[in-house]
Amino acid sequence: MSREQQAVVRARRAFETGRSKPLEHRIRQLKNLQRLFTERQKEIADAIKKDLNKSEVGTQLYETLGLEGEISLAIRKLKEWMAPRPVEKNLLTLSDTVYIQPEPLGVVLIIGAWNYPWAVTIQPLIGAIAAGNAAVVKPSEVCVHTSKVMEELLPVYIDKELYPVITGGVPETQELLSQRFDHIFYTGNSTVGRLIMGAAAKHLTPVTLELGGKSPCYIDKDCDISIACRRVTWGKYTNCGQTCIAPDYILCEPSMQDRIIEEVKKSIKEFYTENPKTCPDYGRIINQRHFRRIMALMEDSTTAVGGENDESDCYIAPTVLRDVKREAKVMQEEIFGPLLPIISVSGLDEAIKFINQGEKPLALYVFTPDDKVIKRMRDETSSGGLLANDCLIHYSISSLPFGGVGNSGMGCYHGKFSFDQLSHLRGCLIKKLKMEGVNSMRYPPHTPQKLGWARFFILKNLDLGWLGRMALLAALVVAAAVMLQNYFL
Amino acid sequence: MQPQHVDTNLATKLDGCFVRRQPLGVVLIIAPWNYPLQLVLLPMIGAIAAGNCVVIKPSEVSAATESLVAELIPKYMCQDCYAVVRGGADETKALLENRFDHIFYTGSSVVARSILQAASIHLTPVTLELGGKCPCLIYGRVNVTAAARRLVWAKFFNAGQSCVAPDYVLCSQDTLSALLPALREALKDFYGEDPYTCPDLARIVSHQHWTRLVELLGKSTGKVVVGGDSNQDDKYIAPTVVVDVEESDALMKTEIFGPILPIMTVDSLEKGIDFINQREKPLALYVFSDESPVVNTVLENSSSGGFCANDGIVHMTLPGLPFGGVGASGWGSYHGIWGFETFSHRRACLLRGWAMERFNVLRYPPYRDDNLSWLRWTTSVKSHCRLM
Repeated sequence: MSREQQAVVRARRAFETGRSKPLEHRIRQLKNLQRLFTERQKEIADAIKKDLNKSEVGTQLYETLGLEGEISLAIRKLKEWMAPRPVEKNLLTLSDTVYIQPEPLGVVLIIGAWNYPWAVTIQPLIGAIAAGNAAVVKPSEVCVHTSKVMEELLPVYIDKELYPVITGGVPETQELLSQRFDHIFYTGNSTVGRLIMGAAAKHLTPVTLELGGKSPCYIDKDCDISIACRRVTWGKYTNCGQTCIAPDYILCEPSMQDRIIEEVKKSIKEFYTENPKTCPDYGRIINQRHFRRIMALMEDSTTAVGGENDESDCYIAPTVLRDVKREAKVMQEEIFGPLLPIISVSGLDEAIKFINQGEKPLALYVFTPDDKVIKRMRDETSSGGLLANDCLIHYSISSLPFGGVGNSGMGCYHGKFSFDQLSHLRGCLIKKLKMEGVNSMRYPPHTPQKLGWARFFILKNLDLGWLGRMALLAALVVAAAVMLQNYFL
Repeated sequence: MQPQHVDTNLATKLDGCFVRRQPLGVVLIIAPWNYPLQLVLLPMIGAIAAGNCVVIKPSEVSAATESLVAELIPKYMCQDCYAVVRGGADETKALLENRFDHIFYTGSSVVARSILQAASIHLTPVTLELGGKCPCLIYGRVNVTAAARRLVWAKFFNAGQSCVAPDYVLCSQDTLSALLPALREALKDFYGEDPYTCPDLARIVSHQHWTRLVELLGKSTGKVVVGGDSNQDDKYIAPTVVVDVEESDALMKTEIFGPILPIMTVDSLEKGIDFINQREKPLALYVFSDESPVVNTVLENSSSGGFCANDGIVHMTLPGLPFGGVGASGWGSYHGIWGFETFSHRRACLLRGWAMERFNVLRYPPYRDDNLSWLRWTTSVKSHCRLM
């Protein structure tokens, strides 16, 4: 048996003992996970610095702060999330108990990504633990130092049979994918997403795919360009553009381009100093392969800001590209790097048309003071999420479902959505063996009269209208009066 | 369809924060033959309600209904938005080469695998309503007469060709002795002395399935105590009950999907639950018992698409309950609002204002340690701050 197979078999056996299901166990594991982040910040930050050159504050801000919040939320709300959820009944089931019972799925496979390795690998794990599952965690091998830290630290804090960590590259992932899971949660790109879904087909395993795409950013001419550009600059160059929801490219009217370039340049200087290469808060490209990929994207476009680079350091300066054409290389794939192309459009109509010609993105940004513009964007396009007048931060709201649509993914998570995504919501009807007489209308021999009764009881939504409701109220009042009279006499 | 406003944290208190459901686009609905009209229209209702266009592929096995659907839908519905495609396996395969925004399939797990494979090429999300062997445990103190009537109704409705029909019964030897006469009584009440002449007993859908069922019964080593007779020309199989069934019996291997009810005896409830858990998760799980602890024990120690105590099938009629499978019995759910959700994209929307830009300084570089404590406070969930 391979190492991967062993881990899955052990996890399944551990799950079958039932020990991942009680509330106390789940809370204990989540609290242990919480301690990992409070006690091991240094090791986490050191590894992230080596992988992505993020500063210690940056690591906390973008990786672990969100996780701490999600763990606290899960701990606080878990009892409520796990409880049976009553639903509306019809007349036929009025005296019965009807509810939805959330249940664990079994053994979940979580395949993480390298860009926010803790955030995108642990956040699904929080959901998996909260929902009572076992989970095999496969961190991305691309963030070499972080995956090593995960492999070392997770078993120290959480149940290592229920939640094993398997490191490795493509062969190890393929070996894992040949095992049977009850759900696969993948964060990454759509090419691999297709392969994962194809592999899942063999066992009919449901999947959640958090993919990416080119997230458009439309800047309306009437907005406060200075503020808009500050927010876009922050959204774009955080983690050196290696964010699934980074604003990929800008759409604006031609007259605005110069001003936007100027404002973005100003914000870059404000955030990352005159020389971002020496700024501790500016990151690096994850590896040389991606460095070369991103540099190649710039080839047929004009650089307006930045462009400096150093392959030995995987450094690419915060860069803005001007007068970019739709056919340019930089517009053919998700950039996932610190290049910000500006494409001219004649106005909102053309922007919407441009956006709809591409695949549905993970996020869509629109900067405008005009509600009508927001409304049109909202109604005439589709995307995983929509954010007006800022970037990225919808990610931080646990009550919003985070996920894609179409090419940008399927399924969603964060907060209660993580719990629900990794649970089975089982419909339950608990009847008694009494009132058997009522059932006769459904038993053969079937007659039209019985059908009439069935129609009444099942389609209980009688719309009485105002007059009907008044009549019913009057009848109830009369009945109550009669009963009271009888009682007192 | 209304936007659903959600809780915000302090950092986003002044913003509009909501989930908006949007249509996915073009949905493909592939329907089966057992409830050929209902299982075309029910998903279609959800798809239309969610604002999508729909391509329907009714089952060619229920040929008469397929014709009717192909004739009537264009007469009542906008032909551009809602199209009907007829055909068999080849046509379905060709249809699946196209790109859809969601595929809704009701049928068998074998075909579901190829549907999922085809969907993965376009990253199309799917809903798979499959089947399985729905177990029916009868245990403890139980009103056998009422249980038998409900069981017989649920099992032999549509001649057992329901994805949620109780497939087999697990009970103790004592219960079996009381159950058999009650089953016979209920069958007589519903279908008369000669079920063959009863207008309310359905037939098997095709000769292929009739043959499959008759052969299955032939291979069984159990004892037929009720029914057993059949008529090939008419595709008729009598309501049949088989006892003395072992775990390895042919009737216990695959989903029966016909009017044959095997009854297997087990020594204890735990053994019954173990038997169920060693097998694939079914679409429905039934327990008949007057004892709540028995019902709860089964519920808590098993998994299935849906669960119904002391009746069969009717949990499907409640639109508030999500109807769908888990594991081998399916992926996703529908009915009522669940159908609407299945065919919608839940788009997270955050509409920020322009004010408070100075507040945003907390998150912009250069980073200092005190940024973090402020951010930690403002991004934790709202219930910590009751003022706003």
